[in-house]
Amino acid sequence: MIARILATAATEARIASRNRWVTIAVLLMVVFSLVLAAAGSAPSGALGADRLSVTVASLTSLSVYLVPLIALLMSFDAIAGEVERGTLPLLLTYPVARWEVLLGKLLAHLGVLSLAIVAGFGAAAVAAFATDSAAGSGLAALWRLTWSAVLLGATFLCAGYALSSLARRPSAAAGLAIGLWLGLVVLYDLGLLAAIVADDGGLFTTRVFPVALLANPADAFRLFNLAASQATAAAAGVGAAATAIPLWQSLLSIVVWPVVALGLATLAFRKVTA
Amino acid sequence: MTSTLTISHLTKAFDGLAALSDVSLHVAAGERVALLGHNGAGKSTMMKIILGLIAADQGDISVCGAAPGSAAARMQVAYLPENTAFHPALTGLEQITHYLRLRGESPGLAMGLLDRVGLGHAAKRRIGTYSKGMRQRVGLAQTLIGQPRLLVLDEPTSGLDPVSRRDFYTLLDDLAADGAAILLSSHALTEVEARTDRLLILSKGQLVASGTLPDLRRKAALPVALHITPHNGYASDLMVALPGAIAVRGDLHLTCAQDEKLATLAQIAELQAKIEDLEILPPSLEDIYSHFSRRDGQ
Repeated sequence: MIARILATAATEARIASRNRWVTIAVLLMVVFSLVLAAAGSAPSGALGADRLSVTVASLTSLSVYLVPLIALLMSFDAIAGEVERGTLPLLLTYPVARWEVLLGKLLAHLGVLSLAIVAGFGAAAVAAFATDSAAGSGLAALWRLTWSAVLLGATFLCAGYALSSLARRPSAAAGLAIGLWLGLVVLYDLGLLAAIVADDGGLFTTRVFPVALLANPADAFRLFNLAASQATAAAAGVGAAATAIPLWQSLLSIVVWPVVALGLATLAFRKVTA
Repeated sequence: MTSTLTISHLTKAFDGLAALSDVSLHVAAGERVALLGHNGAGKSTMMKIILGLIAADQGDISVCGAAPGSAAARMQVAYLPENTAFHPALTGLEQITHYLRLRGESPGLAMGLLDRVGLGHAAKRRIGTYSKGMRQRVGLAQTLIGQPRLLVLDEPTSGLDPVSRRDFYTLLDDLAADGAAILLSSHALTEVEARTDRLLILSKGQLVASGTLPDLRRKAALPVALHITPHNGYASDLMVALPGAIAVRGDLHLTCAQDEKLATLAQIAELQAKIEDLEILPPSLEDIYSHFSRRDGQ
């Protein structure tokens, strides 16, 4: 079982590197992180926080958008691509379970994504240390951001596999993936904000809104990092709600979502016939 | 001999359209069986059911004593799909290594397998650069992994040149000699006649013939054609003596049923003095195949 998962992971990692996904993911994360580190250096004096903590707050907002996007771009082709190339029927006649195939792909893709996250955040941290000798106090926040971003990535990788299985054609899977990204990362928050404005402090704001934030893995990730961070004030908007929701709840959401998403992906993959 | 693959009363329909109706067959260990039929006759559907890739509507199937597609069956069955495809970014060696690992075999065997199918020289090139025939060989190499007890090969010789085709059948002979049961499909009877033990002909989802080539030849009972070249000036004499004959450009054409063959020959032999040459044309393989594959469709 382990051997089959590792064999799949090794092959997928090789394919990812040949398809330039490793290069693309690392470059995207490093470039955007450095841009943010440079842009975030201006207000730090006014806030009185160290440079790295401010950078972490900026990186949190960046990761909410970029990590799900990279994850979906890497995963949408995973099953639909096999169906289209015609490689799936042969694979399914091998003594390998479908969940083993998925887990192997996840290991490889998550490895690539982790590499990109570490490279990007690392570059931003180096930049912060270069300009602020007190940046060390932000290291705990950076570490928390790193592992939670990996979990966020795992959730969206699995979501990508699920969509890939449902669509069965790469073009359709790509459309669904972009739709999911727009929906969860962009429109979801806009909708919530609109609802809060309309609700004007009523039942929705006090009861439904916190649950709605926790239900969305991207929002839970943002909540968790902002609530735990010393630099909450540096972030505006939905981040203000972070103080109202206990830390363990957002932590639970970001830990449980990858498992749920993997379960959904497995269920969707089971329905794919060769 | 023990039966490696047994199918009884298999039926499968797609959206109400029958793809396979009441098909029963068996393949014994060490036996090479060819499955023949037109496009759409149900060959690939049957193979996918044997592999457990799609479910049967009715019927019992036993693959190496297990249910099709079960873990136990998949351990012992090798498959070569029609139009084999692999990820273009991987090399042949990497692809075979991957398949070896999935079957729990040593990755070190990969090069030997590629050598066996004559692909050793290209092992380290990406599959994206391979020709169709080379991809087919990669597909073939992966069927040799482990010691499969049943090989299901969907048009294995498509894309192979005549020499490679012969090499392929030599490989099959070795596998069968080791006790593997082999079920392979093909469009053409001429391609498989000499190298398989038994033939099955599918037509529109029904098994219309089963047996060795001599069996089928006998069952089809197609007429034998006789071609007689008379000595100069004797054509009209022969026409009178052989009332069934027709004249074609000075020669005589005659057909007779299989069981009348000897009697007809004896009759011709009596006219020996008037005949320059005689040719006997048995029904061709294509004639026999057409006879069976058409019969149920009409």
